[in-house]
Amino acid sequence: MSGVRLLVGTKKGAFVLTSDGQRKHWEVSGPHFAGWEIYHLKGSPADPNRLYASQSSGWFGQIMQRSNDGGKTWETAGNKFAYDGVPGTHKWYDGTQHPWEFKRVWHLEPSLTDPDTVYAGVEDAALFRTTDGGQTWHELPALRAAKGHLWQPGAGGMCLHTIVLDPSNPQRMYTAISAAGVFRSDDAGLTWKPATHGLKSPHELPDPDAEVGHCVHRIAMHRSRPNVLFMQKHWDVMRSDNSGDSWTEVSGNLPSDFGFPIDVHAHEPETIYVVPIKSDSEHYPPEGKLRVYRSKSGGNEWEALTRGLPQSDCYVNVLRDAMAVDSLDACGIYFGTTGGQVYGSSDAGDNWTPIVRDLPAVYSVEVQTLS
Amino acid sequence: MIRVVLPAHLKTLARVSGEVKVEISGEPRIASVIDAIEARYPMLLGTIRDQVTQERRPFVRYFACEEDYSLEPTDTLLPAAVATGAEPFLIVGAMAGG
Repeated sequence: MSGVRLLVGTKKGAFVLTSDGQRKHWEVSGPHFAGWEIYHLKGSPADPNRLYASQSSGWFGQIMQRSNDGGKTWETAGNKFAYDGVPGTHKWYDGTQHPWEFKRVWHLEPSLTDPDTVYAGVEDAALFRTTDGGQTWHELPALRAAKGHLWQPGAGGMCLHTIVLDPSNPQRMYTAISAAGVFRSDDAGLTWKPATHGLKSPHELPDPDAEVGHCVHRIAMHRSRPNVLFMQKHWDVMRSDNSGDSWTEVSGNLPSDFGFPIDVHAHEPETIYVVPIKSDSEHYPPEGKLRVYRSKSGGNEWEALTRGLPQSDCYVNVLRDAMAVDSLDACGIYFGTTGGQVYGSSDAGDNWTPIVRDLPAVYSVEVQTLS
Repeated sequence: MIRVVLPAHLKTLARVSGEVKVEISGEPRIASVIDAIEARYPMLLGTIRDQVTQERRPFVRYFACEEDYSLEPTDTLLPAAVATGAEPFLIVGAMAGG
């Protein structure tokens, strides 16, 4: 019997929400790691019972957790994230160079084929990998050679928050870093290059052709068309049809093209979802109406999805890692808010219901489709 | 035997309740007590002090016999009352306002 398992990271712990394929009734487990910030947790596509979680605290630093039974029990994994060699420096707020300093793990991306291999995106921005199930972590240092000395933290910190693995080409992967940009590797992380041609950031960057410095918020890909990428940038929704070689804007009729998450329908590679946010200084939905916008044409033409979502006095945010889709038929889509709600739709976004209403601020939502 | 009081979150992480006790060879110093704690409870590696720099985490404090040892050199000898087990060594999460 099919089912889904939502992995929800919050400001004060992790929650696991489970349902059968109908997605009407949900069981809530948690908080796991109560009181700790859970930036992200994610399951292995190769072994759905293998989960990894990033647990952190302003007092006690970074902890890594691993589960072998779908989140019923957890054990600590290795948590030493040492930059390769001499860490070097990046650009600081005052224009001087500042040493790289590890702060936390923002995002975990398990290998598509090996449960013991996981990539970790960290702040200060760098990419780490484990190949032993999380016991040891090693940096892929070439990423920071992609003009890392010019990267400068934005207001949210200099975090590597997005890792996209190409299912058709194990050598190819993408990373995205706040206020630095998007980077592609075609050799499994040995070398990297900025993939930012076509991105425009006129309010943030004086150089219209800058290769780095663009504040990419999220990238999404459909498995069946790995050369097509969708991006929610600080401002602008973008797409690339050539693996990030160039980007074009597809914001179209969105009420605001600022936002954080972007995702793709599980079965329709041109159907994409965003949650418009009013502006970079007002992190809440335009007009106090929480609306998911769906485009069935890969961008430009967007429709508001509102049924079941608050349409007045709503001033929550939806963070970049807090949206996910399942692969059931019809496609389910889920997102969490900084107000602690997790909303779900079992009909591709036409109708929404709150699964939980009163969690701590939601940082991340992942979904596992279980058979 | 050195008695050590951990903050609540680290007790949970180490899966202990109440005080923990560690053996130290020689006179106890700040660093040797932390070494012993990390050796016995490896899940606490990195939570009290940074694993790379070995520096105390900024919002962790060390107290003993009503004195703050947080800013003392890590080879500082701890009081005799801690060495005999009469008093515990306290690892404390700093206060946070807001």
